[in-house]
Amino acid sequence: MSASKRPNFLFQNLASKIASIPMILTAVVIFVGCTLWTVAYSFTGSRLLPRWRWVGLDQYERLWETDRWMISINNLILYGILMMLFSLALGFLLAALLDQKIRGENVFRTIFLYPYALSFVVTGLTWQWLLNPDFGVQKLVRDLGWSRFEFAPLTNNDWAIYGVLLAGLWQGSGLVMVLMLAGLRGIDQDVWKAARVDGISTWKTYIFIVLPMMRPIFVTAVVLVATGIIKIFDLIVAQTDGGPGLSTEVPAKYVYDMMFSSQNLGQGFAASTTMLLVVLVIIIPWSFYEFGGRRDAK
Amino acid sequence: MKTFKFSALAASAMAIATSAPAADLEVVHWWTSGGEAAAVAEFAKALDATGKHKWIDGAIAGGGGTNAIPAVVSRMLGGDPVGAAQFNHGRQAEELVAEGLFLDLTDLAEKEGWRDFVFPTSLLDACTLDGRLYCVPVNIHSWQWIWLNNGAFAKAGVDVPSNWGEFVASADALRAAGVAPMATGSQAWQSSGLITNVLAVSLVGTEAWARVNVQKDAAFAGGPEYAAVFEAAEVARSLSADIEVTDWNLATAAVITGQAAAQIMGDWAQGEFAVANAVAGEDYTCLPGLGENKVLQLGGDAFYFPKNKDADVEAAQLELASLMMSKQVQVNFNLKKGSLPVRGDVDLSAANDCMRQGLAILAEGNVLPGGDMALTRDTVESINDLMVQFWNSDMSAAEVQQKYAALIASAD
Repeated sequence: MSASKRPNFLFQNLASKIASIPMILTAVVIFVGCTLWTVAYSFTGSRLLPRWRWVGLDQYERLWETDRWMISINNLILYGILMMLFSLALGFLLAALLDQKIRGENVFRTIFLYPYALSFVVTGLTWQWLLNPDFGVQKLVRDLGWSRFEFAPLTNNDWAIYGVLLAGLWQGSGLVMVLMLAGLRGIDQDVWKAARVDGISTWKTYIFIVLPMMRPIFVTAVVLVATGIIKIFDLIVAQTDGGPGLSTEVPAKYVYDMMFSSQNLGQGFAASTTMLLVVLVIIIPWSFYEFGGRRDAK
Repeated sequence: MKTFKFSALAASAMAIATSAPAADLEVVHWWTSGGEAAAVAEFAKALDATGKHKWIDGAIAGGGGTNAIPAVVSRMLGGDPVGAAQFNHGRQAEELVAEGLFLDLTDLAEKEGWRDFVFPTSLLDACTLDGRLYCVPVNIHSWQWIWLNNGAFAKAGVDVPSNWGEFVASADALRAAGVAPMATGSQAWQSSGLITNVLAVSLVGTEAWARVNVQKDAAFAGGPEYAAVFEAAEVARSLSADIEVTDWNLATAAVITGQAAAQIMGDWAQGEFAVANAVAGEDYTCLPGLGENKVLQLGGDAFYFPKNKDADVEAAQLELASLMMSKQVQVNFNLKKGSLPVRGDVDLSAANDCMRQGLAILAEGNVLPGGDMALTRDTVESINDLMVQFWNSDMSAAEVQQKYAALIASAD
């Protein structure tokens, strides 16, 4: 620092601070402000229009007594765990396969990544047709001769959520694959050479040496997949609309339906505030663990 | 003939109007199926025929207005209101009316004497708040019908039933003949309407229904008399198990093709039979009130006119309101829609067997208000969620009744 005066923190890099005012305002007013507004109104008895009529924790009590909300939460947990595991595993597997310096890698990479470029609505509708017993996979296999073949998850209460999972995986694993592939390419070739000299088999090198080195990539992938899980809504609406019955309901859809179809804003706010709380409960300790530690090391 | 009708209509409309303000009127509704679109086109033709105003069609798909209503509300709150908006009769728009967001139609209604010819008058009451009128009811739809495929019963070798009890008794014969006894879509509003509107009104009667839905007597809803509703629902659930469909019209299609023998559905199902060229009384039979208690519940659609700053738009709104209520437009619209007109004085000689049965019941005054008029959207949706959960699981009749009673107890 060449200035003789002690630099004032506030006026340091003044131009860049002025330039970022719009974004700061957006963040504070829209994200923080509207979130606080929503939290505050979740303690009111707002119906179709927001009204400041205090009801305390009534909305939350009702929320946790509602079967549909509990079903939604269970579905989200089931979908979330399976989606996370399978998309990471599939993504890594595909990336490792592509990493074998195969011919036509660009073609495969494009094919695997393409679903991610589609909107969830398109994915949902496509898979709705594919899983439709009268037109989709079941019909195709039956026409091929296996006349007793049954594959219709979306018409079955217990299996419908797995039908949604299938569509979600089809859409999401491509992105994980690309991230992983970038990570694999970032691994120093000397590591591979050293492993080969030591006579470690390829799959062992992947699992025990390369994988731990790709930790930052995994963190990125986990965050991206997790946000996709929490906000899952359009896929459900397009593919099953929560059905059959309530078997594929999810929290985000509960919020939407409460606000716009049940005309009960207070209940919708309470549900969205609960979702936010759950996310914070998971995110805050994890981010301290993940990012807090590294700052000390620097 | 049609062109003559319309030019006559246009002439009369022009005679009414004193000044000539012209405006484009954006009308939002959710009538998107074939028959529905044809019906709403009658309104558009009538408005365009005035030669001044123009109908801008704002159809937003989604049964029950699930997508249209949020759009209408946010446009109003955002200061860019639409010209006219469809709602169901009753409490759906209650809060918006109370906020003073809709045009007051009282003067127009008094000038034209709506109260003298709208039948039943309760339709207007549902549009009224503090003595002022805010909407135009355009049709009457009722839920309490069961549609039977005559051919399916012939195949099973049994007579076409004349009431619910006979129908349940014929189920085994139907199954033996390879016909599914019933078809019901898996969506919430279908199972909910079937149980709380049709079975309740038809099997335990109008008064019992009103005690639960209007007076919100939760103890009675959980009591032994009302248990009959949920026991019948359990039977209906098992009779519907053979066919897995989602949409109501696919269930109706299963009945039309003879795959299933019966469907409990509102009178809008009749449009599907009509499209398939099936004749009431010959190819299919309809039993209002399931043949047990011949009562119809008054539901239906109404148009509201959001308040607008532009005087020309307001003039167009009032003119459209007047047209919707006029005799000729009422007839044209309801013949296409399959619903009953809201005027007691129109000529419906073109009506078929089922529609005449419906009109006769209306004339006798065996009507009760729709569930939407008695309960808020919030309660209705909670009940829908419960009923669809019951319908798609093995929940017992006793359990669903107890949960239903709890919802009635917390209704406001």
